[in-house]
Parts: sequence; structure tokens; C-alpha cells
Amino acid sequence: MDYTTIILLAIPLLSIPLLYLLPRAFAKHVALTSSLASAAFLLYVFYELFTICNCKTFQFTFNEVWVKSLGINFHLSMDGISMLMLLLTNLAVPLIILSSYNSPQGNTRGLFGLILLMQASLLGVFMAADSFLFYLFYELALVPVFFIILNWGGENKGRINLKFFIYTLAGSLLMLVAIIFLYLQTGDSATFNIRSFYTLSLTANQQGLVFWGFMLAFAVKIPLFPFHTWQPATYTVAPTQGTMLLSGLMLKMALYGIFRFVIPITPLAVEQWGSTIMVLAVIGVVYGAWIAIAQNNIKTLFAYSSLSHVGLIAAGMFTLTTQGLQGGLFQMVAHGFNAVGLFMVADILGRRLGTYELNKMGGIARQAPKFAILFFIILLGAVALPLTNGFVGEFLLLLGIFSYSKVMAGIAGLTIILGAVYMLNTYQKSMFGEANETTANFKDLTVTEMLVLVPIAAIILGAGIFPELFMKLTELPVETMLTKLSAGAVK
Amino acid sequence: MKSIVLLSLLGVTSMFAGVFNYRKLILPIILIGLAAAIGLLADQWGTNKVFFEMALFDNYAIAFSCLLISVAFLIFTLALYHYRNESDIVTDLYALFLFALTGGVLMTSFNNLVMLFLGIEILSIPLYVLAGSRRADLASNEAALKYFLMGAFATGFLLFGIALVYGASGTFDMAGIAAYVQNSKEIPDFFYIGIVLLIVALLFKVSAAPFHFWAPDVYQGSPVLVTTFMSTVVKIAAFAAFLRLFNYCFTPLSGYYDIILIAAAIATLLIGNITALYQQSVKRMLAYSGISHAGYLLIALVVMGASATSVVFFYSAAYAAASLIAFSVLTAVMENKEGRESFESFKGLAKNNPLLALCMSIAMLSLAGIPPLAGFFGKYFLFATAIKDGFLWLVFVAIFNSLVSLYYYLRVIVNMYTTSDEETPAFKPNYALVVMLLITVGVSLALGFYPDLLMGLL
Repeated sequence: MDYTTIILLAIPLLSIPLLYLLPRAFAKHVALTSSLASAAFLLYVFYELFTICNCKTFQFTFNEVWVKSLGINFHLSMDGISMLMLLLTNLAVPLIILSSYNSPQGNTRGLFGLILLMQASLLGVFMAADSFLFYLFYELALVPVFFIILNWGGENKGRINLKFFIYTLAGSLLMLVAIIFLYLQTGDSATFNIRSFYTLSLTANQQGLVFWGFMLAFAVKIPLFPFHTWQPATYTVAPTQGTMLLSGLMLKMALYGIFRFVIPITPLAVEQWGSTIMVLAVIGVVYGAWIAIAQNNIKTLFAYSSLSHVGLIAAGMFTLTTQGLQGGLFQMVAHGFNAVGLFMVADILGRRLGTYELNKMGGIARQAPKFAILFFIILLGAVALPLTNGFVGEFLLLLGIFSYSKVMAGIAGLTIILGAVYMLNTYQKSMFGEANETTANFKDLTVTEMLVLVPIAAIILGAGIFPELFMKLTELPVETMLTKLSAGAVK
Repeated sequence: MKSIVLLSLLGVTSMFAGVFNYRKLILPIILIGLAAAIGLLADQWGTNKVFFEMALFDNYAIAFSCLLISVAFLIFTLALYHYRNESDIVTDLYALFLFALTGGVLMTSFNNLVMLFLGIEILSIPLYVLAGSRRADLASNEAALKYFLMGAFATGFLLFGIALVYGASGTFDMAGIAAYVQNSKEIPDFFYIGIVLLIVALLFKVSAAPFHFWAPDVYQGSPVLVTTFMSTVVKIAAFAAFLRLFNYCFTPLSGYYDIILIAAAIATLLIGNITALYQQSVKRMLAYSGISHAGYLLIALVVMGASATSVVFFYSAAYAAASLIAFSVLTAVMENKEGRESFESFKGLAKNNPLLALCMSIAMLSLAGIPPLAGFFGKYFLFATAIKDGFLWLVFVAIFNSLVSLYYYLRVIVNMYTTSDEETPAFKPNYALVVMLLITVGVSLALGFYPDLLMGLL
């Protein structure tokens, strides 16, 4: 029995009581230490996995019977893809915690406790090898975000939060039905093990049902057009930490779920319905970008831009090509860091100026050169300029989509142009021009803020220049899956 | 059997507490007595003792009785808090609670239709009085009268049903009726009518639609403690009786009456949930939520079989724990806000007392079925069993209803975490309340982390 996964899960969970045992003033330090410990431990595991470098098979398996009467196992393990998502989670959470170091939110214990709970549930989702466990963590992740928005959200938070929660839970419950259905198909072995679902022989109709059960859950969370209506309002109303968690990490659960469940379990249905999903995703890409251009509120603008970017990821994954899947996985991580960076920028602007409105900004670059440079690097990542992480991901994605359908690639390619339009426009309006009364006394970055933004900028450039490191993690699993799929198609 | 005697004796002891002046001692005596009753029952686990052909203490009966008595134990702990400033009539009320509980235990262990009838009556009659126990309060009086009239109606149906079943089978004995159903070639029509009448009576008792309309008024009018008792002990006892009777006697005929149960389940879910959306009073909302949970349990009754007993048992335990939390927090809030029970009165609770707000959040999330709480596994277990038996469409109805219910459960949470303009006095710490909340929250979490504690029991 290997306890690596359990330790990963335990670090954030055990830190939560610690937050309450130590004096209130230590809360943020405890949270930061815990998240750094998680990150350090994961990097060590990452090194070990890399030296074994057998990212195809599952490593570090922990398997214990949990609920005997229901056939549920506490079964955790990880392959290269899980590792990639774990890296994203454990590296982004310290940044998110650091970004709230000087935030005005009063009861810090609660906030940090919820962030750590969120981290644990995300780690659980990415390591779950038992589908019931996956579902459990997937829903559990909803609870901390709900309370973060409820406690520290902006105007109308009650109504918007309710919509968000009910909407996403509606999807998840359908997924639960699909999981129960698959469980009943395993017959005598009666197991929730995800890998035993891969070997089931389901008819096309059954696959269609399972496919939609999962896809509706994931489509709401990603979100895909037309299930996105909860998203912009929720991102805007949530406090920055909440938005970062939502857009940077939480929606990756759904994309990861597509990779883990939908494609391998229901290949026939993917063949049948994949193009439908791709069309929806591409509509979302253009729609999100188009609306982002017209936005004045910088937070809402970034929310719509996020909608546009994740649409591209979903479209790329359903091409079932190496480039599409690899690019999708890479871009999931890239988008995670970029989103955290962008919302941090929005938070800095909003907190100093007391407004998120673009037309009240201007001339900040001259007051705050450090901020201007870092913002620019993050922005380059978001518009997918070569030598940034966004470029690697989006290029591969578009390549995949191109080999699938040239028309769709043409339309989806608009995202790069439109993205450049609204991002550069945002930068110009906020940073350049004459300083006005609100921006005249804009202070440059503090040390803590630098500590958040500099690593993000480094990751954006680092992953853009040396993408192989990450590609290597996902290469083998993606290939194995594709060969399995094509073998199935031949049969 | 010893436990039934013990419970009755406890009731009598409590009744004379006022006369012989040991009022102060009575609650400890009751609590110890209840713990002893649980011990006596647990001791008989697996023995299947029959008493005079009238009561059968199989594992089913013991498990449900223990659940009922534990819930009652917690309600008495809450009574310690709720009635701490009243003195006179409290011991009489305790006696009534205990007699009702005795009826509940009979309802889970009956082996003869006469015992079923007696159990239901012993349970109901004290409750009529309890519902009206706030004598000066008009609403309480109304609740008592309404409950009595409706209850009397239901009793009429029950007796008529029993009579018809007896007329066909010639016996009150459960085994006899089961044998009759299995062996006889021709079953007269009035036997079926008897079954339908029994269903109607029991639907009345579990407050399922279309016989639910008494419940909200009665729940709202009765004192909180009585409402708690009604929505937990009474409901669980009625379901235990329902399941025991139909599972044991009438299963071969399920093709004939399933449609009634399915219709009742769907109607109960829809009416309970949708009406709950429009409530302004948390107490009344909880009443409707209780109705909707009866709807989920009815689905388990449709499925029947050995797994159904497990489902009903686990679901009841999870539901009872969450309801007890909800009602005790409601009690505390009402005392703090001069008896107001609206959603608005929960505003600012998170600031005023974060722990109470946390407990209430756990209760609401458990009732809504969010992991990793007890309510989630209850619902999951129910859905999985229903899908296995081919009732996938019924699960979709239930899922739709879960989503609707999410709205009003979360509404409580949203209100608690909204700041309030009015100044509210701080809560006075009370050990009884703390102990009660610790136990119920503990159970809600423990059943979420180790569902096997109760899942594999039956």
C-alpha cells in the first residue's frame, strides 16, 4: 500500500483544524505554509514519477474498502495526466492564498479553511480511481466555493450564488445516474473502479445515455454554450480568490472528467455526438470573445474571455487527435495559471481604484512600471503569443481542430484575433493614456503581490519555452488511449 | 418487550413527578431509562423473540426501535434546553412523549394487526394533547383539533381496512395473512379494498400527498418540541409500520397497489417541494420538507424487498439527525428573536453565532443531499436501489425534486450569512443544546464518512 496520495490529501485537510487551534493572526501563515508543503511534496512525487517515467500506468495506488455494502473503495492513484492536474492545483493554491494576504476579507480563518478544503477536494477529483469517489469530491468542491461567495461576495451574491449551485448540481446529479448505471453494468464484480468501466461492452444507445449524463454535468461546469449563463455573473460577484478557484482550477475538473470518463467509456457516442459538442464549443469561443470586446467591467471581461478559451479546449479534445488531446491538457494548465494571473491583476486594479470599470482607468503604466510589465507578460500568455504557454496549447488545439474540420478551425482561430483585440484594448485603456484623478496615485506592486505575479509570469514564459517537460507527462497516456480507441473502432 | 414495559413505567414515573415533587430529577431519570431501553433492545439482537404471538422483536424491530428511542433521547436533551424556564406542566408533557414513544416501538414490532392498531393509537392520542400543549396559544389549539380530527379519520380507515383484510383471511396474524395471500387461489375483491384502505390510513400517518394537508398547519401550530417529535419519531414509526406490514404480508400483490404508491410518491415529492419554495416561515418550510422526504421514502416502499428496509432505515436515521439539528437551531433562534420563525429572522446568525450557523448549514446540506454528509448517502442508496429495480424514470423525478429542494435549503444558509440591520442579543451558551448539537452533527458526519455503520445492519 502506498500512502503518497493519502499524504497529498491529508496536508490541506489537517491544516484546517490547525487554523483554528492557532491564534487568528497566524491563520494566513498556516495556510501558506500548508499549501507550500503540499507543493513541495508534490514536486518530490513528480520527480519520483519522472525517474520511473512510466506515466502511462497508474502509480502510487492506494486502495482500501470504504463502504462495503455499496461496493465503494477508497481508491486513489495517479498517472501522468493526474500529475499534470495536481501540479496545477498545488502550484496555483499557494499563489491564491498569497494573493489574499492583504485582502480586506475579515474572518481570514474561514476563508483560508475553505480554500484548503477546496484544494483537498480538487486533489481528490484528480486522483480518484473509483468513480464514486470522483463524484463525491466533484460535488464536495462546490461547497467551499459556495461559502466563499456567500461570505465575501459582492452585490446580489445570494441570488447569483443560488443559481450557480443549483445549476451545477443539476448537472452532477445526472452524472451520478450515469455512474450508477455503469456500476450496475459491471455485473458480479460490482465495482466503481473507473478502469473496469473501460472494458465494459455497452451498446450505442447505452453509450449515448451515459455520454449525455456525463456531458451535461461537464458542460455546465466548463461551461459550454448554452449552459454558461451562470458563469459571468458568478465570476464577477465572487471575491477574487473565489474567481481564481473557479476559473483557474474548478472548471478543469470537468475537462479532466471528459478525458477520464467520456472519451474512453463511450467512444461510439463520442463519434456520434462529438461534432455537436464541438459546434457548441466553437460557438462559445466566438460568443465569449465577442461579448468580451464590449465589456467595460474588467472582471466580467476576463470571465467572458475565460469562456472563450475553455471552449477551445473542449473543442480540441473532441477531435480525438494527439495534438488536440495533448494541446487540451497543456492548455488546461496554461489557462489555469493565466486565469489566476489575470484575476489577480483585476483584483489589484479594483482594490486600488475602487472600481473595475475600464473607462475610469488610464495612465497606470507610468505610475507603476513593475505592474505594467508583469500584466503585459500575463496578457501575452492569454493572447497566445509565441514563447508563452498559451501559444503552445492553443496552437496544438487549433492544429487538432484543423485536421478534423477546416471550417471549424477557421472559426475557432478567430479566438486568437478577437482575443488580441480585447486584451490589447484592455491594456491600452487601463495602462496608457493620461492619468485621471482615480489613477493618479496608483501605487506600484507590493512585495506580496510581486510574489504572486512573478512566479506566474515565470511559468508563462517557462512553459512556453520548454513545453516538453509537461508534454512528456501526458504523451504516453494520450497515445495509449488513442490506440485503444482505434483498436476498438476496428473491432 | 422489557423495553416496552420500561418505557411505560418511565411514563408513569414522569406523570407522578409533579405529585411527589421530584420534578428536578425527572429528566435525568428519563434519559437513563431511555438509554437502558436501548440497551435492553440491543441485547436481544438476532434472537427473534416472539411475545404471545403479538409482538416480534426481530432485527428490523430492534433497529427501528433503537432509532426511535435514540431520537427521543435527543429530543429530551433538547427539552432540557427548551423548557428550562417553565416548571408546572412539563412533567406531564414528558409523560405524554414517553407514551407516544411506547406506541412507536409497538408500531415497529407488531406481529398482529391488532397490535398495529394499538400502536398507532397509543402513538397518536398523546400527540393530540401535545399539539395543544401551549394552552394559551390559538394556533396550538387549532393544531390539536385539526390533528385530532384528521387522525380520527385515518383511524377509521385503518380499522375498516383491517376489518376487510380479516374478513377475507380470517386472521389478524401477520404470518397468517402472508400465508393466505400466498396460498389462496381466489382473493375476494374486498381484500384489495382493505389493502387500499390500509394504504390510505398509513399515508395519512406519514403525511404523504394527497393526505398531507393537515401536516403544515399542525407542525406550525404545535410547540417546536412537539413538531420535532412529530416530524422525526412519528414519521419514522409510521414508515417502519408501513414497510413491515406491506413487505411481510402483501408483497405478492404489489402489482395491484404499486401504482397507488408511485402516484402518492410523485405527488408527495412535487407538492412538498414546490409548496416549500413559497414559505416564509422556516418552521413551515421544514414541515413541507418533511412531507417531501416522505415522498423519497415512498419510493423505497415501491422498490420493497430486503434492500428497501436498509434504505428506509439509513434514510430515516440521516433525516432524523439533520431534522433534529434544524429544529434545535430553530428553537434557539426563535428564543432569541421573540418567537419569530421567518427566513429573515435567520439573518445575521453567522455573525452572531458562527457555530450555530455552521450546524444549521450542515443540517441543510445533509437534507439537500450534499456529500459527504449522511443525507447524501441516504439519497444515493435510494437512487441506486431504485435504478437497480428498473425505476430509472422515478429517479429522474426524484432528482428534479432534489434540485427544487436545494433552493429552499440553501435559502436558509444564504439568510444566515447575510448581515442583519437589527441588534440581536448574544446567545446564552447552554450545555443541553451544545450536547444535542454535538451528537447530531457527529452522527450526520459519521454516517457520511462511514455509511457502513448503519448500512449493512439490516
